[in-house]
Amino acid sequence: MKTDSAEKKPLWREEFSICKADEKYVSRRQLTKFLTLTSLGMFAGNIWILAKSWMYKQPAYPVKAVAKIAEIPVGGVKLFQYPGPEDQCILVRTAEDAYVAYSQKCTHLSCAVFYSKESNRIECPCHEGYFSIKDGSVLQGPPTRPLPMVVLERRGPELIAIRMKQEPEG
Amino acid sequence: MQNHDAERSQRLTMIDGAMALIFVLLIVQVWLLSATLDAFLAGHRDAALPGAVVSGLLFLGCVVLYRFVIRPER
Repeated sequence: MKTDSAEKKPLWREEFSICKADEKYVSRRQLTKFLTLTSLGMFAGNIWILAKSWMYKQPAYPVKAVAKIAEIPVGGVKLFQYPGPEDQCILVRTAEDAYVAYSQKCTHLSCAVFYSKESNRIECPCHEGYFSIKDGSVLQGPPTRPLPMVVLERRGPELIAIRMKQEPEG
Repeated sequence: MQNHDAERSQRLTMIDGAMALIFVLLIVQVWLLSATLDAFLAGHRDAALPGAVVSGLLFLGCVVLYRFVIRPER
């Protein structure tokens, strides 16, 4: 004997007996599975960064003579390449016995920076990013990271580049 | 029958809550990954280990919630 509710059901409903609530249930499970797998992907990304940081080796920098002291006047500038032949750097003689050198690549969008003698700072002409001449730190503009510094050593009449320093000291 | 429907409705609400929580955990994980990557590219490699640990804990939370969602009805 059929019940009243069964008699009221249309024919298609009987043939395709899909329960809407059950369907919803399944789709929620599937969505949750997808979200959990996405979470696994994020975790894998973090593990990849961790592996990269563990495998990182400090590059070996060459010791290279970059300038002769006599050729740069006080407030003068000399361009040189360090550590590789395509890594342009800028050397500034800020006082009688003070020299600083930085990578010439702006840390914002890699424009070539220059030394402004009037304002005694390093400037990027592209987006007006200014860097301190003392340590290469950002004074103004869009760059967020300081200029990588070239560590110099004076040996007689020559200035020798020893290594690069990513962050300014202090 | 009514009792069964009420139980199912209650369970669906709990599943919705669990899904919302997974979603929140996922957003935190996305932010964490981008922050760790940003720090790594800026040369701060110390952030990689705590980033991976916290991301692992968040993933573990997601797995626990997922197991709750797929748990069969009693």
